[in-house]
Amino acid sequence: METGAARTGGPPAHPRGAWRSRAGAVLSARKEPIISFLVILAGWQTLSFFLPPYLVPGVTVIVAAFIEIVTSLSLLGDAFTTMGRIFLGLVLAFVSGAVLGVFMGLTHTVEKYTLPVLHFIMGIPALSWVVFAIIWFSHVETRIAFILLAGCLPNYALIIHDGIKSISKEYLDMLRAMRPTRNQLLTKLVLPGMIPAVLTAWKVNLGLAARVVIVAELVGTTRGVGNKLLLAQELFEMPKAIAWTLVLVAFLLITQLVILTLEHKLLRWRPAKQGGMAT
Amino acid sequence: MSAADAVIRMQDVRMVFTSVDGDRFTAVDGLNLDVGSGDIVAIVGKTGCGKSTTFNLLLGLDPPTSGSVTLLGHDPYREFDFFRSKLGVIFQTDRLLPWRTALENARVGLEILGYGDREQNDVARHWLHKLELQGFEDAYPHELSGGMRQRVGMARAFCLSPEIFFADEAFGHLDQSTARRLREIFLDLVTESRKTCLLITHNIHEALEIGSRLVILGKPGRVLADMETPTNATRAELAELEDRVLDIIENNQAVR
Repeated sequence: METGAARTGGPPAHPRGAWRSRAGAVLSARKEPIISFLVILAGWQTLSFFLPPYLVPGVTVIVAAFIEIVTSLSLLGDAFTTMGRIFLGLVLAFVSGAVLGVFMGLTHTVEKYTLPVLHFIMGIPALSWVVFAIIWFSHVETRIAFILLAGCLPNYALIIHDGIKSISKEYLDMLRAMRPTRNQLLTKLVLPGMIPAVLTAWKVNLGLAARVVIVAELVGTTRGVGNKLLLAQELFEMPKAIAWTLVLVAFLLITQLVILTLEHKLLRWRPAKQGGMAT
Repeated sequence: MSAADAVIRMQDVRMVFTSVDGDRFTAVDGLNLDVGSGDIVAIVGKTGCGKSTTFNLLLGLDPPTSGSVTLLGHDPYREFDFFRSKLGVIFQTDRLLPWRTALENARVGLEILGYGDREQNDVARHWLHKLELQGFEDAYPHELSGGMRQRVGMARAFCLSPEIFFADEAFGHLDQSTARRLREIFLDLVTESRKTCLLITHNIHEALEIGSRLVILGKPGRVLADMETPTNATRAELAELEDRVLDIIENNQAVR
């Protein structure tokens, strides 16, 4: 049958065939990462033949543990508890960090007072915040929210501050020649101009929050991935420890994908990236 | 020209910048300039003659160190908000907001003025069409050529129906044929609107072609010469005039 339809932009003559070829194209474009992971899996499986299962369990055992988690409502509940904590903590940190970042970006005085403090706070290890939180707060959720806030707020504020600073003064002068109000400058220049920084901040903080929340959950919680990891460690259950880690990584990757999709939509005004140095 | 007639008036304007180390640098040194209603004045001068500083003073973005700047009888810096929609500016680079389409960029001034959505789009579309950009309304700046982007920037200025047009090296970075074509369009539209226009350029040929009056700036910024531009000059006469202007700029001495 004539297959010119696809060439002229019309619907493909054989949708199923087209799907298959598209799937094939995706597969061949993604073949390198697939190969990398297959090699890691094969290496792990080989190692499991030589080492005791409580150290290096076989791939099938890990997969079984993973399936057990994602098919059990109660265990999924633990995963969602952790994700909920991450999300809530990040939203809190984002809202306060964005407000601070915008003020720093727009007011020189605020910038001069807060910038050194934020850099100082950035130097405090997450574990210190965990210790402080345990001493200061008795309520578990308050502790976790505080730790996430302390860990992620400076990042949001600094990245957004940087984003606003990088908005060209040429745009500001162009708009000021038209005499906008303060609010108009904010909505027409500052807010749209800082969107790339906001997205970057979310990407950076998501990874940070996932690491911090697990540490926070190791102390005093009865639910959550951190708690389940602690249990696995106490019972020497390596398959479960790995499976819970995979659940968290999967959540992170899915969220990153959501952010990337959002980025693609929000930043479609940006020219496509040019090739890098790799040959 | 009396103060009442002058649309643009600069009197003994000085602009001195002080660096962090305390070094003082005079960018504009006693600049006097009057521009009447409907005049099209071209300002030429060497790089570093304070053209861009003068431009920012005229737009009211900075106050002068001393002297006074008035547009339409008002101080553009102190009476900042008086100039809403009164100044149409075309910059050296297009300064299009990269996250806005051509149409959204063209209408940004109307948004600031609080026009309704429909009116904004109608006016912006009208000017984009006049500047031969139909079909590119929804294109983002990075999808347009340099000449097209500059035309969107011009549409943005014309959308406001301003009292005064300012153009700062508006055609300077474009290739010669694009620049010429844009100059023609710009001149037609400005003449049609009968608005006052001040054009800053380093291109003497452009200044002679576009302006009805030519002002030569020295370094630091002050007026070296102020002359009418001949309307029906021959090629040879224009070339001779160009040489004379170049000499004045080189000598950096005021001529009477």
